[in-house]
Amino acid sequence: MTCHAIVRVAGRRRLFRSREDRSLTKRCPEAQRPWTALAGIVLVLLLPLGAAAGLLLMAGADDMAADTVLPDAYVWRVVRFTLLQAALSTLLSVTLGMWVGHALFRQGHMAGHGLVTRLLLLPFALPQLVAVLGLLAVWGRHGWVNQLLQALGMQDGISLYGLPGILLAHVFYNAPLVARLVHVRLAAMPTEYLRLAAQLGIPRRAFWRLVTWPVLRGILPGAALLVFMLCAGSFTVVLVLGGGPGATTLEVAIYQSLRFDFAPARALILALLQMVLTGTLFLLLRRLAAWPDTMAGLSPVAPHPHAQEHGARLIDGAAILLLVALVALPLAGIMQAGLAADLARLLQETAVWQALVTSLAMAAAATMLALMACALLLTSMAAPRGGVRTGAWPSLAEAVASLVLVISPVILAAGWFVLLARTDLAQERTAAFWLVSGINALMSLPFVWRTLAPAWRDLRQRHGRLCAQLGLSLPTRWRLVILPGLAPALGPALAMSLALSLGDLGAVALLGSEEFRTLPLLIYQRLGSYRTADAAGLSLILLLMVTALMLATERLARKGDIRP
Amino acid sequence: MITCASITAIGRQVRKAMQAWAATAITLGVLAGIIAPAMAGGNRPVLTIYTYDSFTAEWGPGPAIEKAFEETCNCDVRFVALGDGVAILNRLKIEGERTKADLVLGLDTNLMVEAGKTGLLAPHQVSLKSLRLPVKWDDDTFVPYDWAHFAVVYDSARIKNPPTSLKALVEGPANVKIVIQDPRTSTPGLGLLLWMKAVYGDRAGEAWKKLKRRVLTVTPGWSAAYGLFTKGEAPMVFSYITSPAYHMIEEKTERYRAAIFAEGHYLQIEVAAAVKTGHLELARRFLAFMLTPGFQDHIPTRNWMFPAGPTSKPLPEAFGRLGTPPRTLLMTPEEVARNRKVWIAEWLRAMSE
Repeated sequence: MTCHAIVRVAGRRRLFRSREDRSLTKRCPEAQRPWTALAGIVLVLLLPLGAAAGLLLMAGADDMAADTVLPDAYVWRVVRFTLLQAALSTLLSVTLGMWVGHALFRQGHMAGHGLVTRLLLLPFALPQLVAVLGLLAVWGRHGWVNQLLQALGMQDGISLYGLPGILLAHVFYNAPLVARLVHVRLAAMPTEYLRLAAQLGIPRRAFWRLVTWPVLRGILPGAALLVFMLCAGSFTVVLVLGGGPGATTLEVAIYQSLRFDFAPARALILALLQMVLTGTLFLLLRRLAAWPDTMAGLSPVAPHPHAQEHGARLIDGAAILLLVALVALPLAGIMQAGLAADLARLLQETAVWQALVTSLAMAAAATMLALMACALLLTSMAAPRGGVRTGAWPSLAEAVASLVLVISPVILAAGWFVLLARTDLAQERTAAFWLVSGINALMSLPFVWRTLAPAWRDLRQRHGRLCAQLGLSLPTRWRLVILPGLAPALGPALAMSLALSLGDLGAVALLGSEEFRTLPLLIYQRLGSYRTADAAGLSLILLLMVTALMLATERLARKGDIRP
Repeated sequence: MITCASITAIGRQVRKAMQAWAATAITLGVLAGIIAPAMAGGNRPVLTIYTYDSFTAEWGPGPAIEKAFEETCNCDVRFVALGDGVAILNRLKIEGERTKADLVLGLDTNLMVEAGKTGLLAPHQVSLKSLRLPVKWDDDTFVPYDWAHFAVVYDSARIKNPPTSLKALVEGPANVKIVIQDPRTSTPGLGLLLWMKAVYGDRAGEAWKKLKRRVLTVTPGWSAAYGLFTKGEAPMVFSYITSPAYHMIEEKTERYRAAIFAEGHYLQIEVAAAVKTGHLELARRFLAFMLTPGFQDHIPTRNWMFPAGPTSKPLPEAFGRLGTPPRTLLMTPEEVARNRKVWIAEWLRAMSE
């Protein structure tokens, strides 16, 4: 009887209650529970549980009865707007992304291809505030486009307030993502298809119908769902570009119902609605498609049979130019607006330095916490004696690591804000610091997990049994094998975590105060008092900080790379 | 090939890098912990005043008033800017007894009853003899410090025919926009809500739906809205009848004017009150100081409102050219307190249509 079978039978006959337990588990170590992983899971769940406790307890104490909240038409209009803007954003992003992704695939050998693909990775790594300010610098009322339109005689120009601005920002973020996903998937097509099509002389339209579209059809639902989920949970963009109660999403409504009104009952209902929405989308996404690996390489394929055709080149060129302009212009805009700001004066303000230091410290703490949590959760995949465990525990660990995709940072911050509101800790800097760090750690956990888990699993499979045979202790194993082996993956994971934590506004918008202020919060406050020049200057500083940290972590990782 | 030596060597490197990271993180954390308290200083008593952001700005009255009071009190005045007026009340409600405020400055008559209900405010014990208001005042908790009627301020270079009544504003063309404030956080925002209620009564919801077409955006506070207006984002903004005085005096232009509405204008009287649980003695001294020229002198030309107390010089002559409302509209604090939440819910429904 195999060990697994023994365990199963023993479980059914409830043999684990007897003294046989210990000897059984000694002989059959797969039956052992991974206690470290359990510890990790409990640690990670502390934050959401506290938030839930906060919202539930305080909702009861609220003088606005919870049963007047649900029938309130406002709540349903907020839901409607959330879904509307997410649907429109998805439509626009997926259309543009698909067009550009296909163009990049078809023109795989054009000059500057590598540059364009790298440029398209940029929006996702940008702090949202920086991106929004860049968009304002280009498309805002006093931005480049309106200045051009006014020079051409059109007085009215375009307005970014409300839905148009939100859609533009979402397309800025998500169209490059979809383009990348489509490009990667198409590039994975066997090169024989392309060569055969060229030999057979298949015309363009037929090639699309027979070869390209079936591949695209496979990835589009997953990509669309992913973009929908991201847009439905978008906070910073809607906070800054939304134009009032008519342009509010669930997340911003949660923030407003606590910051503006202090109505925990309404915040709770909104949070539950948001969790139902994102939860459903997340489950659909897992059912529909495995996460496409956006880090996959794009090795040049055989030349596309229609790459050189006139019509194709026109369409592809237009697509690529459009997206490059959409992405590059706001970046240029933020550089220009930032340099135009009075940086010398800004750098002399104590508030700015405090915010800078706080941001860095908080991002470092968040990254450390994320790595610790990830390390604990990774042990869920550790079968004793060096094997790799599959089954319930790793799935549970992965689900817990992805928790923040369902329970957003704003909801976590809302719960803790309400929990701490009546206590002495409400204005304590330390409490706010660790809470925001914890929430940001949770926020970066999915990315850190997705980067480290495959690498860790691979490492374990290759060296796990050898380490067990050599009898290496845990710290030694980490020092000699795991850390050096993880180093290439650690770089991007660290960089992503730092970038996300530095640029986050969701958690700190609710938990920040005069005593605890990060750079994004300072930027948002300056925007609010309409000192946009200041905000642009500070955004430039934030952008430089994020870029510097990301480059530094990538270099550190490359130093530790053991590949010759 | 992966040799033992290379694993060890590279592992050492990575470990050093990790140690460096940890050291940096700890240092930065400690720095953050040190810098902030190092900013506060001195061991004189600190009078903490919760107020709105345009009060504490460099161009606002806050810095001058802080200097003037600190000369007489041997204390440290610390302003805490919380956004706009209603945010002050919200903060008090959230903090409750543990509030760090000694004084709240920037509420108005619409919020007095709700603020009183928190049980955190103490009687002011200040003589109101020198008070100069357009209405009678006999409250024993709140001391007024300035007043002005609300008004729609417009750019006369872009609008040749300004609205002459609230009805004209509500039913005007949709392509001429106005910036308004959110009544949940801003006292002018709440003022517009109550003004619409006072004029339209039960039909205020429909009126808001019509006005919504003309709203460019709703900002959380007065400063953001006025900033958008002066930058030219919209030709109209909801502000005070005294706002054009700033442009007449500081910028020497008559371009920005206040529209006078036939139905009358809603009046705002801004008040301050002492918090029971703070430095009560010091707060009461500040409240008494508020009704002296030392404070009131800075109100007309820094807060751009009418002073509620005596000033050492007469008002600048620009204040005489601001236009007079035909009537004053003002709801009682009790009526506002009873209905504020319901009216705001109605506003939210109308505006999210």
